[in-house]
Amino acid sequence: MTNRTWFQKFWPPTAAILLLLVVWQLAVTIWAVPAWMLPSPLQIVSEGISSMPRMWMHTAFTIRMTLIGYAIGAVVGFVLSFVLHMLPRIKTAFYPLLILSQNIPIIALAPLLMIWFGFGLLPKMIVITLVCFFPIAVATLDGFAQTDPVMMNYMKMIGASRRQIFFKLELPHAIPYLFSGLKISATYSVMGAVISEWLGSDKGIGVYMLLAKSGFRTDRVFVAIFIIVFLSLLLFGCIILLERVCTRWKPKV
Amino acid sequence: MGGGRVTVNSQLELRNLAKTFQNGGTVRRVLDNISLTVKKGQFVSIVGPSGSGKSTLFHVIGGLTEPTSGQVIMDGKDVTGTKGLISYMPQQPALLPWRTIEDNVILAREVAGLPRQESIEMAREWLGKVGLQGYEHAYPHVLSGGMQQRVAFLRALLSPQEYMCLDEPFGSLDALTRYDMQKWLTSIWETQKRSVLFVTHSIEEALFLSDTIYVFSNKPTNVLKKITVPFSRPRAEEVMEMPVFHELKREIYQLLKREQERSAESTGTKEEFSHAAPY
Repeated sequence: MTNRTWFQKFWPPTAAILLLLVVWQLAVTIWAVPAWMLPSPLQIVSEGISSMPRMWMHTAFTIRMTLIGYAIGAVVGFVLSFVLHMLPRIKTAFYPLLILSQNIPIIALAPLLMIWFGFGLLPKMIVITLVCFFPIAVATLDGFAQTDPVMMNYMKMIGASRRQIFFKLELPHAIPYLFSGLKISATYSVMGAVISEWLGSDKGIGVYMLLAKSGFRTDRVFVAIFIIVFLSLLLFGCIILLERVCTRWKPKV
Repeated sequence: MGGGRVTVNSQLELRNLAKTFQNGGTVRRVLDNISLTVKKGQFVSIVGPSGSGKSTLFHVIGGLTEPTSGQVIMDGKDVTGTKGLISYMPQQPALLPWRTIEDNVILAREVAGLPRQESIEMAREWLGKVGLQGYEHAYPHVLSGGMQQRVAFLRALLSPQEYMCLDEPFGSLDALTRYDMQKWLTSIWETQKRSVLFVTHSIEEALFLSDTIYVFSNKPTNVLKKITVPFSRPRAEEVMEMPVFHELKREIYQLLKREQERSAESTGTKEEFSHAAPY
């Protein structure tokens, strides 16, 4: 992408965000909204800067949780899709269960996980994994299922084994699908980490948020929100970069 | 290429192949007693109406489908239902979009377990010969339809099996490209002399390319006629203007036309699979 097209593509959303921030700042100033109700963007920024060292400790904890949980979720999601794809009967049996699992509210499940697994890292990892594995499993499964029938017929005609068909055709075909799952999960994972921290932790952005809320420090709640958004975008961006590297063969649109 | 010993039995032979599909209560006869022979180094074509069960025939030859009766004999051995013994070029190029052109060319060799380095060298040499030099590391989507078919042909040509099955390879190309590809294929084939079984709907294409033509009937498919093409090799496009060419063309055309009318009468409809007779 050239600088020019990059600029053309990105200035409208950037301008929209800036406009929103300006309106927010002006509204808070003009109507003199109290800071505990809605702090202005400038107040949030200054609070963010002044509480940087403490914030960093919480953020680092959340990043670690997110990355570990995301990685486990991705592996679980991929392995699950592989197993279900290879065993169509198991797929028929368990696919509805998989869908069902996503209708259990995580917020209801999390306290149970704490009862079963205590306050350590394990229940938190389980929460993040549960949030992450599903989009990856479903997307990859789709990718396997939608393998081009013409190419499949070709591979069979030249006598390719099941293993060769999987590694030379089905897996590369499913890679773009895997990445769309990974992108959705990337944003979910940070949210999952924060929720898991709400349920009992001494560190993390989730904890910081709870403390700020109970102290009516709305500015700090906003700092936490901005950090969560930033982390989600960062992870999302990393996955997009990885995707570009892994799918170089795709025609540039 | 090729490399098998030439003996009296060096041929691919389909012996009395029949295939019926059973779907619930209805029985559909697709292949009805097909016998044909591809001698080593021969170019054999099958011409038939569309929907005459040619893909089923290829699936039987490729070992993907068991025939209801009959055998596939290769070099004197019964190989019915064995996979991986033929080289194949489908109607659509079916190049894998994530592989570069040279990696696509070596795919069939890779599947056959041949060493990569040697395959890559062959692929590069051949890509040069067919006018695709410089595209070795390109991805398939940058190539035109005709170029993609050349790559698909090379993939079949470099594949180690002796017998090549070409399933309407030029069916999806425009007329001009198709004509070019026919000339190109004859010139390559005349230097390589691989054994080819070629399926087409085009009578001219079959006459121009082949040594022998089998004219197929509608479903249930059998061989209406075997025609030996008298033109010498190397073949130039001038043969298309010879009187014999036109006579043969007319003869095949009449055969196919009569066949079309006969099947339309017997079923009374134009529905393709309608002559499925319940037992």
